[in-house]
Amino acid sequence: MGSGHAHKLYRHAHSPVHELPPHTKLAAVLGFVVVVVSTPREAVWAFALYALLLGAVAARARVPAGFLLKRLLIEVPFVAFALLMPFVVPGEQTTFLGVSLSVPGLWGAWNVLAKGTLGVAASVLLASTTELRALLLGLQRLRLPPLLVQIASFMIRYGDVITDEMRRMSVARRSRGFEARGVRHWGVLAKSAGALFIRSYERGERVHLAMVSRGYTGTMPVIDEVTATRAQWTYAAALPLTALLICLLGWTL
Amino acid sequence: MRSCNSFARRLIIRDVHVPDGFINAPVSAVAGVVAAGAVAVSLRGARRELDERTAPLAGLVAAFIFAVQMLNFPVAAGTSGHLLGGALAAILVGPWTGVLCIAVVLLMQGILFADGGLTALGVNITVMGVVTVVVAYALFRGLVLVLPRTRRSVTVASFAAALVSVPAAAAAFTLVYAIGGTTDVPLSKVLTAMVGVHVLIGIGEAVITMLTVGAVVAVRPDLVYGARGLTAPLKLRVDGELVDAAEPAPVAAGSPKKLWIGGVVTALVLAGFVSFYASASPDGLEKVAADKGIDAKVEEHAAAGSPLADYGVKDVDNARLSGGLAGAIGVGATLAVGTGAFWVVRRRRTSQETAAV
Amino acid sequence: MTAPSLDVSGLAYAYPDGHQALFGVDLTVGRGERVALLGPNGAGKTTLVLHLNGILTGGAGTVTVAGLPVGKKHLAEIRRKVGIVFQDPDDQLFMPTVREDVAFGPAAAGLRGAELEAVVRKALDRVGMGEYADRPPHHLSFGQRRRVAVATVLAMEPEILVLDEPSSNLDPASRRELADILRSLDVTVLMVTHDLPYALELCPRAVILSEGVIAADGRTGDILADAELMARHRLELPFGFVPSSVA
Repeated sequence: MGSGHAHKLYRHAHSPVHELPPHTKLAAVLGFVVVVVSTPREAVWAFALYALLLGAVAARARVPAGFLLKRLLIEVPFVAFALLMPFVVPGEQTTFLGVSLSVPGLWGAWNVLAKGTLGVAASVLLASTTELRALLLGLQRLRLPPLLVQIASFMIRYGDVITDEMRRMSVARRSRGFEARGVRHWGVLAKSAGALFIRSYERGERVHLAMVSRGYTGTMPVIDEVTATRAQWTYAAALPLTALLICLLGWTL
Repeated sequence: MRSCNSFARRLIIRDVHVPDGFINAPVSAVAGVVAAGAVAVSLRGARRELDERTAPLAGLVAAFIFAVQMLNFPVAAGTSGHLLGGALAAILVGPWTGVLCIAVVLLMQGILFADGGLTALGVNITVMGVVTVVVAYALFRGLVLVLPRTRRSVTVASFAAALVSVPAAAAAFTLVYAIGGTTDVPLSKVLTAMVGVHVLIGIGEAVITMLTVGAVVAVRPDLVYGARGLTAPLKLRVDGELVDAAEPAPVAAGSPKKLWIGGVVTALVLAGFVSFYASASPDGLEKVAADKGIDAKVEEHAAAGSPLADYGVKDVDNARLSGGLAGAIGVGATLAVGTGAFWVVRRRRTSQETAAV
Repeated sequence: MTAPSLDVSGLAYAYPDGHQALFGVDLTVGRGERVALLGPNGAGKTTLVLHLNGILTGGAGTVTVAGLPVGKKHLAEIRRKVGIVFQDPDDQLFMPTVREDVAFGPAAAGLRGAELEAVVRKALDRVGMGEYADRPPHHLSFGQRRRVAVATVLAMEPEILVLDEPSSNLDPASRRELADILRSLDVTVLMVTHDLPYALELCPRAVILSEGVIAADGRTGDILADAELMARHRLELPFGFVPSSVA
């Protein structure tokens, strides 16, 4: 198991990045990604600088390069899409190793790959240096509607419980000699999914009962709060502000 | 570790979430505003329906959607599909909670797993949350009202709703891409690819959704949002005999029929408007292409002999598919407007209650 | 004369799916009593429990807690007075850490800061879980989770503690530890259970709920010894267990 406090991407360590308040980190990552997306694709050097910036943050946070690179795999489906672009996008053609490629398509692929990769890397750095609980508190601090944060925290709290139930149902199916092999077995799987929904919904009702039994009336009592000093904000802002500088240079040069 | 395994599996079978850099910044921002608005409206709607049960129920349903997306449905040797879950959520828990659940799942996937870009979160929520849920629910509700009130109708309506919702989302994505895509892939090609592939995915989604809804209806019909209202009067056991107990007066429900007639009229008006816009849109794109001087190259490329780039075929594609696009988006937009109006009316009617909440 | 901790009369209820669970329940529990609520599966035990703090309403009959009728008007106070420990601690422990979970009830009642901290510490100490305050609930063993669940309710200083199957899924040591904790508490207890030796060990009085009505009410030892009554309500003692030899 193991969501809740620490999640799959989180790497426990003590570093200046880990110790930053979560909402400053969330804001910094969001700012950084917005800046990256707004950078003209022709400023190739700017993206190299962004990558260096993230590398510096990763080093500061003691996140090993291998860990970061492995997490970038999440991108794979879009890489495939990007690789198609040079073949389907109309426009000026160029020849590379005897294959005819479109220049706008190549730029498009570069644009998606560079920005997408930087975005994923920034998110992975955020997730690997911030505990789940802290992330939720940070979202709340950034004025995400409290109800939405509550829904998210219940989803996180019970995600593994529900997944475990699903796994137990699968074990029960297989213990009775059922192995889903094709479309004709979908009925059985869908029955499991239906049962899983009923279990989830009923658990939701029971959780609600447990909550109202202890005086819940619709708002979560504030037990923990996160605060950030001006120095911490400044420290977190270093990443998006440096990126902004690079971006502005990218537009002017 | 178990959850690492499941995470790895997610990695392989996850459908594609739009990453950063795919849609330009202004359109991403607009989509973000649309998504935020939709989530805000859904929060109010869910809260009105579920009251203080919203957080735990929506949270658990979100966890369910998250889990069920990992359930593999084998298609043939080696390949398998899985639920996207938008239509299922809409039918099982209604449009408000449905949008919230999908939005939260996408938000958490974006922040925790870097699955889908943070700047593309608005696009992802709008396309996969709002459009899917709204289209599926509109169609489902419409069919349930038209068809005889039986369990079979519920399953038939689920099938149709899920079937249409997936290509509708694909069409909506194409529209977003047409406005704010960072690379000028020809619209007709994107649309053909997206809708074509997603009609196939939609069939799978429809069968699974129908079977799953059917399984829930068979056991707990009261839990299916679209199939409620089966209760028996209370009894008291007095000396072993059952006698009727005094029954509290049932809460009067609103009149959905009137609302839906209004909805259909709005749908027709909007469908006309949107199809006009949609058919005009490719021309607009071509105009931009001509302004930028790419036009000649397109023709040159077509002359190079690629059958897909052939002008005639492209035009036919445009005309035919823009119709489908218009229909799908028209229904979606109608529901958005319709529910918005519904919300305003209801809000006025229950303003005191809302104030109390 | 002080009002009894709990007074139920003529309670009937059917679920939204049409299934009727209660058919007129009458039950009174005096202050400081420890009562076992026995009954076969599907007798309506959990349904009854959910009426005690007004989670289920809308059927026929009344429930009164310490003189206060259970209804919309006093709901907040009723829920503070009736502490329900649910069967599955995963349902009960919904917050990210043990400390926040125990703090949830008192915080909802308005407690903050050092006062809240003191209440949380006291409740956790009463169940011997003081060291685990900052752990996430799902990192605890099942027995520990059950004890934290009891603490979440104790933190609200309830008038009556309602336990739904407190000994289920516990290993023998955890089961005994929980019994020691429950005995050490000075509150009214209503314990729903299938664990008849546990009922006999902890509760002087027992009632049988069967087919949605109270079918028997008396000394736990007497009820468990009445073989005919027990068999009629599908209650069975564990192999080799003789109530008279213990009581």
